[in-house]
Amino acid sequence: MATDRRPDPESLLARARAEERRAGRGRLKVFFGASPGVGKTYAMLEEARAKRREGVDVVVGLVETHGRRETAALLEDLELLSRRGADYRGVRVEEFDLDAALTRHPDLILVDELAHTNAPGSRHTRRFQDVEELLAAGISVYTTLNVQHLESLNDVVAQITGIQVRETVPDSILDEADDVELADLSAEDLLTRLREGKVYVPEQAARALEEFFRKGNLIALRELALRRTAQRVDAQMRGYREEHGILEIWPAVDRLLVCIGPNPAGARLVRAGKRMAASLQCDWLVVSVDVPGQAVSEPDRAALAQNLHLAQELGAQTASLSGHDVATELLRYAEAQNITKVIVGKPTHGRWRDKVFGSTLDALVRGSGDLEVYVISGDDARPRRKTQPSVQRSPVAEYVKAALVVAVGTVLGAGVFRSLSVTDVAMVYVLSAGLVASRYGRGPSLLAAVLSIACFDFFFVPPYFTFAVTDLRYLLTFGVMLGISLAISGLTLRIRDQAEAARQRERRTGALYAMSRELAGARGRQEVIRIVGHHVRSSFGTDTQVLLPDGAGRLVVPSGSYVDDKERSVAQWVFDQGRPAGKTTDTLPAAHALYLPLLAASGTIGVLGALPGSGRELDEAMTGRLLEAFSGQAALALERELLAERAQREQLEVEAERLRTSLLSSVSHDLRTPLAAITGAAGSLLDEQAPLAPPARRELLQTILDESQRMNRLIANLLDMIRVESGALRIQREWQPLEEPLGVALIRLGDRLKDRVLKTELSADLPLVPVDAVLLEQVFVNLIENAVKYTPLGSPIDVSAASDGNLVRVSVADRGPGIPPGEEERVFEKFYRSAGAPPGGGVGLGLTICRGILTAHGGHIWAENRPGGGAVFQFTLPLTGPDIPALPAIE
Amino acid sequence: MAEPLPVVLVVEDDSQMQKFLQTALVQHRYRPVEASTAREALTQHAGHHPDVILLDLGLPDGDGIDVARTIRAQSRTPIIVLSARGQEQDKVSALDAGADDYLTKPFGVEELLARLRVALRRAARPMNGDDSIAGFGDVRVDLEKREVRRGKEVVHLTPTEYRLLTTLVRHPGRVLTHRQLVREVWGAHTGDQTASLRVHMTQLRHKLEKDPARPRHLTTEIGVGYRLQID
Repeated sequence: MATDRRPDPESLLARARAEERRAGRGRLKVFFGASPGVGKTYAMLEEARAKRREGVDVVVGLVETHGRRETAALLEDLELLSRRGADYRGVRVEEFDLDAALTRHPDLILVDELAHTNAPGSRHTRRFQDVEELLAAGISVYTTLNVQHLESLNDVVAQITGIQVRETVPDSILDEADDVELADLSAEDLLTRLREGKVYVPEQAARALEEFFRKGNLIALRELALRRTAQRVDAQMRGYREEHGILEIWPAVDRLLVCIGPNPAGARLVRAGKRMAASLQCDWLVVSVDVPGQAVSEPDRAALAQNLHLAQELGAQTASLSGHDVATELLRYAEAQNITKVIVGKPTHGRWRDKVFGSTLDALVRGSGDLEVYVISGDDARPRRKTQPSVQRSPVAEYVKAALVVAVGTVLGAGVFRSLSVTDVAMVYVLSAGLVASRYGRGPSLLAAVLSIACFDFFFVPPYFTFAVTDLRYLLTFGVMLGISLAISGLTLRIRDQAEAARQRERRTGALYAMSRELAGARGRQEVIRIVGHHVRSSFGTDTQVLLPDGAGRLVVPSGSYVDDKERSVAQWVFDQGRPAGKTTDTLPAAHALYLPLLAASGTIGVLGALPGSGRELDEAMTGRLLEAFSGQAALALERELLAERAQREQLEVEAERLRTSLLSSVSHDLRTPLAAITGAAGSLLDEQAPLAPPARRELLQTILDESQRMNRLIANLLDMIRVESGALRIQREWQPLEEPLGVALIRLGDRLKDRVLKTELSADLPLVPVDAVLLEQVFVNLIENAVKYTPLGSPIDVSAASDGNLVRVSVADRGPGIPPGEEERVFEKFYRSAGAPPGGGVGLGLTICRGILTAHGGHIWAENRPGGGAVFQFTLPLTGPDIPALPAIE
Repeated sequence: MAEPLPVVLVVEDDSQMQKFLQTALVQHRYRPVEASTAREALTQHAGHHPDVILLDLGLPDGDGIDVARTIRAQSRTPIIVLSARGQEQDKVSALDAGADDYLTKPFGVEELLARLRVALRRAARPMNGDDSIAGFGDVRVDLEKREVRRGKEVVHLTPTEYRLLTTLVRHPGRVLTHRQLVREVWGAHTGDQTASLRVHMTQLRHKLEKDPARPRHLTTEIGVGYRLQID
């Protein structure tokens, strides 16, 4: 049956993605060992030397010889990268110099001790992050790692050796390493080496290490290392099989579900899940169930977020479910996800609670059906932090009010006491103490309780008006009163805390929603940036900056931003790597602000920077996740805008292209036509074979002259157009009477006006106008020329000008056919020639030039149809300009 | 024996343009001398003592304005500048540097000849040739009596208008830049401000021109200055 097993498309896709990711990346080889001293560094150096002999460009980034001569000898002829000095608490430490390595960019670099924690002030907190960056830059890396530093085995090792190792490395690094070589040494041999002093033991840690290097420990660690390596080999084997479609053995696929709750114990469950998933070679999922209305303290919530993060780091899929009944939700999810095994934590609360509220575990097991449910001890090495209800100082006013309530209670009690028994008076006090407890903080409640008891004792318990108590039964009454009010106040405080936390969450979720709603309506990238900045600022109290790259991929910092050069380089790193960095992260934590990449479908499109306001800190767990949600929204909106911008730009380019084409065809046609006439005429004149009669010669010569002049006008127009378009139009405004440019225009038009009645009507009070005379003359020439061109011979043309407030209004009117309705604006477009244009007219630039000139003067021009027929072109010129220095009159 | 032909130095680097000018000049009884660089222009000027110089402003080895300035420092030979439209500032600079007139390319032969005639006539007049009576159109200016008549009627002019008119009359046919006019009328210490000049010019036109909107004699050289057209 299993003859034609092909790998399933999903896994093929995953493989393709992994390969794609790996393309261009360096290769990582990990020299893996059970403990210090097994010879990892030695093996690494030997192999590096072999590589070098093969001609590979090898550099030693950082290798600790710890004074061992054999190791040092291996280093001798290898190139050593200089180290970076760093001051850590006054002690000079030497660190691996990441930037030097990236600059040197060898084929292969050796970086010892993958689990090392960098000195503060380094770019990354951890060395494995340095290594990741090296790999991403295409540099292959050799490194060493001990089994106790592996995240998933961390607690197991701690159990075996009794030493908790703090520096852990995510398993994914080992899993995704291209090669893992196990440096193995039997426990006896290792102990021998230790005795011979061949294993480096720092003096201050000598005692602890003695503890560590016990034979039993070493055997257990060796087994762990061997098993972990075997697991990897197994995974490789599976990968090979998948790749080649070999699937003879294909066990029913297990899927493992780990349920964690909002408490620190979840970490242990996650690690257990990882180990089980690894040994079952199956997918695993980690979920938490959020019960609406259930109180969860902030530290617990933070622990939950951290554990989910840990799960992701260990390779699990994570999800947060929500529902009133944890068991039901889990079972539903398990069914939907084809889960076969479930891991839950052992309950830590007392049995009575299950009796009263029902047990989640019971319900889970009962409803599990085919599911296997594993219950694992949820105890953690770390003591569980007791959730402290926030103790808030109650203002003095609350104490006063508490005392007042008790006083009122006493008066009431006195009233009741006349007609009823002392027990009823006690009830009145309980009521007043309860009232206080339900409204105010713990202090006032306590005061109210004590005061109630005192007053009750003093006024109503015989002997009256003393604090003495003769009947001991009253002591019980006192106790009950105190107990009730403490219980109520405790409850009140809890509810208040929860309400506050809920309000905060709600406010932020609300803000996220508000932002996405506003973003949906945003147009333009500036608006998106403004909206994002506004919402992040109001939700987190941070100074916010969205940074976008320029064409070369360099982030551009808007002026006035808090982002200085140093911060910009952090942001740039985030943009290049697509990972968060800065404050509260592991990368470049010395930065003032937190930077998140804006990840969109097309990759990283920008960076969101959040600078905590003065005196405020970013609340790591919550803010981080929520801020990521904000940046996700921002990225989507920004990408939408960037795409829209690009589309618009392309549209504009198409438009410009169309215009260029029409310009070219128009210009080439309009220039070539007169040129053809000139060439033809000149050719005929030169033709000696067929001499022309004098009248014919004259006619041809006249043609040459006319056509040259026509060409001259065309070229002048084109040049003016280019000047207007390119912004090279330099205006030299001088105050002058409009009469002058108009007069010059009329003279220049000369013969073309000879069959026309042109009436000029300049009002007598027309002031001087600040204009560039040369340009204004051009406007008059173009407008009057147009009027001549488009109107029948002999029809009148009227030019008039009058001042109108602080501007001058000029109009050129004709009695021609007018402008086709709806084309009043189009006539000003470039190369627009209306349908009625006479042949041999201009290129359609005259009016465009007029508009350009007038706009440059701060004026306007428009066209209308004239009442009674014809067209009228009107323009205005502002009367504001440089001062007019008057010259004295001559006497 | 015929009078010697007037010598015209043509400073122009474009060979087609040079050819056209040479042909036109020879045809109309001038003797052209050719120069195509600034350096050549100065040598030819020293060697041939031309009667008129046609000077293109864009020369390969230097600025035509400098050539005008150098020549003006040595002699009073009239200089007519050849330039294109849109280069009003260059024209003004050349005129201020000592050029007498300009021609805007492209120009016709008629225009060229008219300018040459004006330049030669002006050069022929004695330096302080004080014709006491000058005139244009139906206007007569009697410099001795300080009287202006249009036809028979005496035209009343303000002192400024009279100064302006006499300045123009002393340079008939020649372009005077705004700056030159302001200096002549108001004195060397005044600035370049031309608004007053334009106002007075407009008034003068209204008093002396038949159609002030289309002046025939007191013409505007747009962006450059004014010219008194005699004929």
